[in-house]
Amino acid sequence: MKKIINLTSAVIGCVLIFSSCSKDIAGRTDDLSSLTPANIDLDAGAWKPILLTSPTEFPVAAPIATTSPDYIAQVNEIKSWQSNITPDQKQIVKYWSAGAVLRWNEILRQLVAKHNLPPYQNADGTYPLPNANNPLAYPQFPFSNPPYAARAYAYISAAQYDALVAAWYYKKQYNRPAPYTIDQGINVMFSKTALPSYPSEDAVVAGVMVEMMKLMFPGDQDFIQQKAEEHTKARIIGGGNVRSEIEAGEALGRAVAQKFVARARGDRAGAAAGNATIWAKFESDCVAKGETPWKSLETPSRPPMLMMFGKVKAFLFDSLTAVSLCPGPPPSTSGSQMKKELEEVYSYTSSPTRDNIAKVHFWADGVATSTPPGHWNDIAANDFIKKNFSEVRWARNLALLNMAEFDAAIITWNTKMMYFNPRPSQLDPRIKTLTGLPNFPSYISGHSTFSAAAAAVLGHIIPERKSAYEAMAMEAAMSRLYGGIHFRSDCEVGLVVGKNVGNYAVQRALTDGAE
Amino acid sequence: MCSKKYKYACLLAVGLIGMTRVNAQTDVDAIMMNKYQFCNGLMYSHSSWNNYWEGTLKRSNENLGTVSTQAVMYMGAYGITDQLNVIIGAPYIWTKASAGTFHGLKGIQDASAFIKWKPVSKAFGNNKISLFILGGVSTPLSNYVIDYLPFSIGLGSTNVTARGMVDYWHKRWTVTGSASYIRRSNVKLDRDAYYDTELHATNEVKMPDAAFYQLRAGYRGTYLIAEGVLSNMTTLGGFDITRNNMPFPSNRMNATTVGVNIKYTLKNWTNLSILAGANTTLSGRNMGQSKDYSAGVFYAFYFKNRKPVQTNNKD
Repeated sequence: MKKIINLTSAVIGCVLIFSSCSKDIAGRTDDLSSLTPANIDLDAGAWKPILLTSPTEFPVAAPIATTSPDYIAQVNEIKSWQSNITPDQKQIVKYWSAGAVLRWNEILRQLVAKHNLPPYQNADGTYPLPNANNPLAYPQFPFSNPPYAARAYAYISAAQYDALVAAWYYKKQYNRPAPYTIDQGINVMFSKTALPSYPSEDAVVAGVMVEMMKLMFPGDQDFIQQKAEEHTKARIIGGGNVRSEIEAGEALGRAVAQKFVARARGDRAGAAAGNATIWAKFESDCVAKGETPWKSLETPSRPPMLMMFGKVKAFLFDSLTAVSLCPGPPPSTSGSQMKKELEEVYSYTSSPTRDNIAKVHFWADGVATSTPPGHWNDIAANDFIKKNFSEVRWARNLALLNMAEFDAAIITWNTKMMYFNPRPSQLDPRIKTLTGLPNFPSYISGHSTFSAAAAAVLGHIIPERKSAYEAMAMEAAMSRLYGGIHFRSDCEVGLVVGKNVGNYAVQRALTDGAE
Repeated sequence: MCSKKYKYACLLAVGLIGMTRVNAQTDVDAIMMNKYQFCNGLMYSHSSWNNYWEGTLKRSNENLGTVSTQAVMYMGAYGITDQLNVIIGAPYIWTKASAGTFHGLKGIQDASAFIKWKPVSKAFGNNKISLFILGGVSTPLSNYVIDYLPFSIGLGSTNVTARGMVDYWHKRWTVTGSASYIRRSNVKLDRDAYYDTELHATNEVKMPDAAFYQLRAGYRGTYLIAEGVLSNMTTLGGFDITRNNMPFPSNRMNATTVGVNIKYTLKNWTNLSILAGANTTLSGRNMGQSKDYSAGVFYAFYFKNRKPVQTNNKD
């Protein structure tokens, strides 16, 4: 009996030892230290905004005197929070101290991933469209597919940038010292900088987000509001700002955002879903050219994703330039070149290597992910963290990246619908795919275009990583071939087009006053 | 008490393969190898489903059609003593869909090793009650793809299982009940960010543990064993597949299945036995409503020259 007990104890003991290992996982940015800008970019108020006519388009009133009773009351608000600070509050302050632009970019990527789900069909085999006016009804608004997401990232980053340029203008003009400079009794939980603190740059970003997200993610208002409140409160608790700096920043952020919302309402994205008549015309135009048109390989047949997205108004160039950026036609569906490329796709998919599957899945960025532009935001953010950019430079760099991604999406979608070229599996049903087959024409590869555009912009911002970004873009592009969802031409031409689009952002970077 | 019987029971971890289970004769049965007896063989199983549960919503998917998982599993059991057995196994698995464009996958999945111990066995006239304690480990034998459900051949975690089992025997009629706790290690994806209910900036996925319960009852004769089997797997945590989303390794995968297992030992060649089983899924969550069939052939022999004692089961 004793032996039984011993053995039983041993078995239980082994299980307990194994069970005691923590399964908690840590994200790459969970434990960042407080953002300490290498350069506070004090003159960023003179940088060229994107939509604002001038940094003073939305005036910010002068701050109250630091000797006023009102200001002293606001300093005391900080001190009373700090005297009763909880571990949770400390954690929240630490989280936000990593940077406003970074954290909101992560939140945005999360919401994109959450909503990146294609709607399920209706009983009659048609597909319902998400409705922005009823975002919580199924299918929830938005379906944040790659073009939708590219546009959201671009507007939000651009609005943050413009609002921060305006904020920096007033920071320099009013030169209000941070509360911890005024009152040594404040325990500051952020990195101390020489940057004037009125208006609060954190509140500017939060204000932009609250307004922009009403447009982009109207069904997640509770979450956004809660994050915004948490963010601005963290600035007060952590001794970074007094309340009046927060209020002025938030108001400025909201006002600037509204200008971007107005642009977004008129950028033709509202008509991007298209309709059956337009779809039929793409098809017949393709047939008229003697080519095999794209067909949806989904059951029931699903309309091509945002078929009119190619007509949306770009940020970096006008519509004539947009047309000129579209590449020439793909290899003819009946020609020998296409036959050769089809064989190549089949050879990659008929017995895929484990390494290639890993590449396919690393870059897939499909359903329930932050999309390829989101992936490039992640790549950018990881490198920007190491650079210790100021908030305004963070926003500027992400705006350049995301405007390039958005404009790359426009050119890509225009090209896709213009040529309406079939996917490999349509021309050869033996070809099985190693990731979800996107439901829109093949030529040119969106991943390739997005990736080359991103590599061009990021390679300009961080020149020492240029060749690394280019290698990543190449791998992302080729992963689509390995996965069986694109021809080599789709990827190679996509890389060229993406680089051309990215260069427009680089041109802007050279002339926006930040370099 | 415990007779020295010749039993070619073979076993296998009830494996969760993506959204499908592979279920064969199991280490959840109450049959022990005698000392020095080694039994091994191959089991083929076929599991397929048209419908699956997206969270708790049962649906079909015309872009998948019928998803099937087939496996050939090597299994072996060895009697260290009459009361202590070691059980090992490893399957080769391949998956495919009948519709849509998704590529199936194939490969060697997890090796498993169980220790099965029968510390207590008491007879009362025509009745006998035995208690079993099992401990097992399984771990991937290859770097197979886990983040491609329902076509992944496994979930990639290293599992430690603790199982208690009680067996009641009455004149060849038996009832066996077991409960298991399965501790599952975290797994790593090929991508470095993923969304479950929030966005994670890592390739590591926290895997929920699981519980497994089984009740089996039937006839256990010298040559023929035939049992009905009711099983339940419950994932202790995890999240539901959202509407029209893809499945994910850390989903809350639950299933209740019912089926039969038959083992027949050849009368004039008692080293050889054949096994067959069938299962159907009664209810589930984030899993396919699979129908499973399995068949196998096993061969038993002694490592030391000890003759099998052929008895009936009535001692």
